[in-house]
Parts: sequence; C-alpha cells; structure tokens
Amino acid sequence: MIDDLDRAILQVVQANAALSTTAVGRAVGLSQAATWRRLDRLRREGILAGRELVLDLETLGFGVTVFVGVKLATKGRVDLEGFERAVSAIPEVRRVQHVLGRYDYRLRVVARDLSDFERVLRRRIMGLPGVGEVEANVMLSEERRPGPL
Amino acid sequence: MLDATDSAILRRWQAEPDLQVTELALEMGLSQSVLSRRIDRMRENGVLKGVQGVIDWSALGYGVEVSLRFTLDKGEPRALDLFVAAAREVPEVTEIQTFLGRVDVRLAVIARDLAHWRQLYGERILTLPHISEIEALLHVAQVKTDAVLPL
Repeated sequence: MIDDLDRAILQVVQANAALSTTAVGRAVGLSQAATWRRLDRLRREGILAGRELVLDLETLGFGVTVFVGVKLATKGRVDLEGFERAVSAIPEVRRVQHVLGRYDYRLRVVARDLSDFERVLRRRIMGLPGVGEVEANVMLSEERRPGPL
Repeated sequence: MLDATDSAILRRWQAEPDLQVTELALEMGLSQSVLSRRIDRMRENGVLKGVQGVIDWSALGYGVEVSLRFTLDKGEPRALDLFVAAAREVPEVTEIQTFLGRVDVRLAVIARDLAHWRQLYGERILTLPHISEIEALLHVAQVKTDAVLPL
C-alpha cells in the first residue's frame, strides 16, 4: 500500500508538520513536485489524518493529567450514547475511549492541580448517569512514539 | 506568560490545526507578521513545542489497538527504567505513560489483527522485563479525540 519513500515522508511529517513541501522533499531526497504528489495521496487515503499542536500543558497551567477508568453500573438499562454525550461535553475530559476489559471507558482528564481534578471527578464525572466503579491514575510522564513506520 | 490574544490563537488553532498561518491570521483579524511573531514567541518560551502530523494507523491496516496497564516488580529499583527502555524498542508501541496509582505504566500498542496481536503479545510484550501484573483494555471506539484544552 505504501512504499519506503512514503514511510520516510510520514516519519518526517509526523515529527514536524510545519515543514514546507520543499523541506520535506529535501529530507527524503525527492523533488518538491514528487513530494507534493505523495503527500496529497497520503492525505486523500486518510493515512495522514491531519495535524496536532504539541503544547506544554504545565506552562499553560494544567499541572495534572489523570487517566480515569469508568465502569458503567450494571443495574438497569445503561444508555451508552447518553453517557458518551455527557462525558464528552466536559471540557476537562480531553479523550474518551470505549474499551473492553476491566473498564468500559477510558478518559484522559486535564486539571489545574489535584484539588481541581477532585472537583472535576466528584462534581462532573461521578455525577454522570450510569457511572459505577471509577479508578484514577495520575500521569507522571508521557512519551509518544513514532509507531511502526 | 500568555495574554488573551495568545490564548485565543491557541484555542482557535487547536480546534483546526490544519489551518495555515495566513488563514489563521485572517480569521483572528491579525496581520500575518503579528501572528507569526506571537507564534515564534510561544515556540521560544516552550508553550508551543511543535506541530506534529497525525497518522491514522487504521488506514495503514492496523485495526487493533490495546491499552496495556502494567504493575512492575517492586523488588527491583531500576524496574521502571529498564521496562520503559525495552518498551521503546517495540515499534508497535505508540504511547508510553508512567503513573502514580495502582498502575505503574501504560502502553498503547497497535496490531494489524488479532493474530498479529497474539504474536506481538507473546514475543514482544510478555518478554518485557520486571512485569508483575498486566491488564489489557481492547479499544472499541474513539468517542472524543484529544480535544481543545479548556484555555
């Protein structure tokens, strides 16, 4: 589906999506036009899905990131879509994943500090309809890896 | 450190990171040079660490994503360092987080399918050093993706 040059391009763009097409081409040894064609195809096929700003959360005042596992209560009928809508509407909840295993949902939550997190957890998350068992783990460090390119 | 305009720039740009500086300037009602200067300053003082390309692994044939949560062997003082160093060597690991709590480390791991997952799990995951307990959460669906920070 993709060849080694595509992989090389993806590696460069994954690390720095602010580079011009010419600069990407130079990094992988291709002309600007050839690089543009490949980037265009990678975008059209949905492989290169967009860009993301990498921000320093601590400098921006978000001192803690917490991963929260949520098990929905088994009693009564649980409204998955209702829960998903409500949890996604909480601004501090940045990522919501539906998972299979010990928990039903994994949330990634940002907060100013631990007491701010406690407020979000108690007032917003635990009050959502259908929430059962909840587990919180405070993140100490994070590393994004390039993946199998 | 950030004034209201900087915060507004970050909010707008985070919501649509594909915007070019020219387009962003137009939307914000700023001149391109003013916007570029502000972005440069946010890069210099470390607020903006970079702009990364996002790869959709499912479009490359990686249909399985698993969140693996590990508790490590508390008897070995260097367990965490050794574990993380070994996990970095596994290409299918896309994220590594360390925690304070019941879980010590989490890895996000992708695989092409369940057969590939089985092979990876046996050959690359269970062989990581100093594991005491593993718990797996199979990713079913992404409901909300790295949303804009509530700035």
